[in-house]
Amino acid sequence: MSLIDIKVEFLGGLDSIFANKRSYEVKVDNTKIVTLKDLIFDVIVKDLLVNPEDNYSIYIQDETIRPGILTLINDADWELEDELDYLLQHKDVISFTSTLHGG
Amino acid sequence: MSDSLTNEEFSRYGRQMIVQGISNNRDPIEHQLLLKNSKICVIGAGGLAAPCLSYLAGAGVGEIGIIDDDVVETSNLHRQIIHSTSKKGELKCDSAKKFINDLNPHVQVNTHPVRLTNDNAFEIFAPYDVILDCTDTPMTRYLASDVAVLLGKTLVSASGVNTEGQLTILNFENIGPCYRCFHPKPPPPNTVSSCSMNGVIGACIGLVGIMQAVETLKVLQKVYTKDNFEPFMLQYSGYMDQSLRRFRMRKRRHDCVSCGDSPEITREKIESYEINYLSFCGSRDYDVVDSMERITPVEFKEKYWSAPAKECVVIDVRPQAHYKISNFKTDTVTNIPLATLTSMKGDIGKLKEVVPEINEDSNVVVFCRYGNDSRLATRELKDKFGIQNTKDVIGGFFAYIDQVDPSIPKY
Repeated sequence: MSLIDIKVEFLGGLDSIFANKRSYEVKVDNTKIVTLKDLIFDVIVKDLLVNPEDNYSIYIQDETIRPGILTLINDADWELEDELDYLLQHKDVISFTSTLHGG
Repeated sequence: MSDSLTNEEFSRYGRQMIVQGISNNRDPIEHQLLLKNSKICVIGAGGLAAPCLSYLAGAGVGEIGIIDDDVVETSNLHRQIIHSTSKKGELKCDSAKKFINDLNPHVQVNTHPVRLTNDNAFEIFAPYDVILDCTDTPMTRYLASDVAVLLGKTLVSASGVNTEGQLTILNFENIGPCYRCFHPKPPPPNTVSSCSMNGVIGACIGLVGIMQAVETLKVLQKVYTKDNFEPFMLQYSGYMDQSLRRFRMRKRRHDCVSCGDSPEITREKIESYEINYLSFCGSRDYDVVDSMERITPVEFKEKYWSAPAKECVVIDVRPQAHYKISNFKTDTVTNIPLATLTSMKGDIGKLKEVVPEINEDSNVVVFCRYGNDSRLATRELKDKFGIQNTKDVIGGFFAYIDQVDPSIPKY
């Protein structure tokens, strides 16, 4: 066991499928939850997503975050890191934001 | 090209010209002339553009084009503060022009009372230096980005809905990432929210519009340069605690079909509609009921509403906030938002928990705001719950108000 703290945020209205809560502090075992992919599929989808049978497709598509949602690792676009393969670290802030279109 | 300012302009712009430390050591007069000699084009004259245009016009941008084919409506005025109650029914671009010229007669305003399309975008954008995206659909955002890339123009792009907003600079000096770099695949149509459906706080979208003006000033006055520009996205949240986050974003994608190393998108393909933004972005298919499954608001009133003997279950599938704002004020209507209905997955037992008298033989009438969601609900009730006598009200609650009872408030 090696527990690390991760902050997970849902912005741009995405909190509506996460119990209307924009920010979560999670403690994960870093020997099992190693990558961002592990965090998304083994923690966020399992423990935080509300009504997964209805809401899974609003969050996940084709085994990754669905188009229209940007993923940020410590305020940087996940493309600048290793996307799903990013290795989680203690005190990381992982943010998901739905792209807005209104004007 | 103007190389001097009049005395009136010195007085008008003096307060911003004396601000130190933002001009990259440029002479203050030269810094102001950069604005005077610049031409910008704003797509959309709504909630973002209203404050954005005001400040850019006030600051002395020389020429402003405004693309918008909508007219001013009462429901715009809580946020689109460049318009006014007396301008109701006027084209938004005309109303905006009057406001701007009243604020600053030095600004040349060009109105484009059209919708931005594949065949007019190049011609409209061509004379301008910088394009401001203040539109409201992914479709127009992709089109504006593609055209800006092909014409080599910087795009300052903002958006917002509800209490949040986003802001970014795309295709900066033709080196920065474009909209497709950020979003190679469009979002599924059912995940796209709008101000009309999901609501918007005027001050929140307005603040994003003002931030868009600040970014535009930095582009026009060459505060951003190819050397110092880093791709970013600002994320504003209005509630509960106001916050502004700056996300560091990806650079141009080498494999981007628009601005990458071997682009596939060309002017010819756009203008010939070979690139079809509507089919690329898709749209939600509401055409799921036939005419036999629909009734007009007048039929609804005569056959169902005014005939209590003919026992009928009326379901309003609008979101709860919509329902609470305006409804028939009677307990014979039940509000079950479409999302709630769908989540019941055809289990009539769950439906009975909300509407105890309902069963497979009930006469059911469904309506929503405009008659779109109610069609999806009708399909759901007939096919999943097995309630065959379900009817959809054409045009929804608002059509009922227009055709039958104008005393009910529309929102």
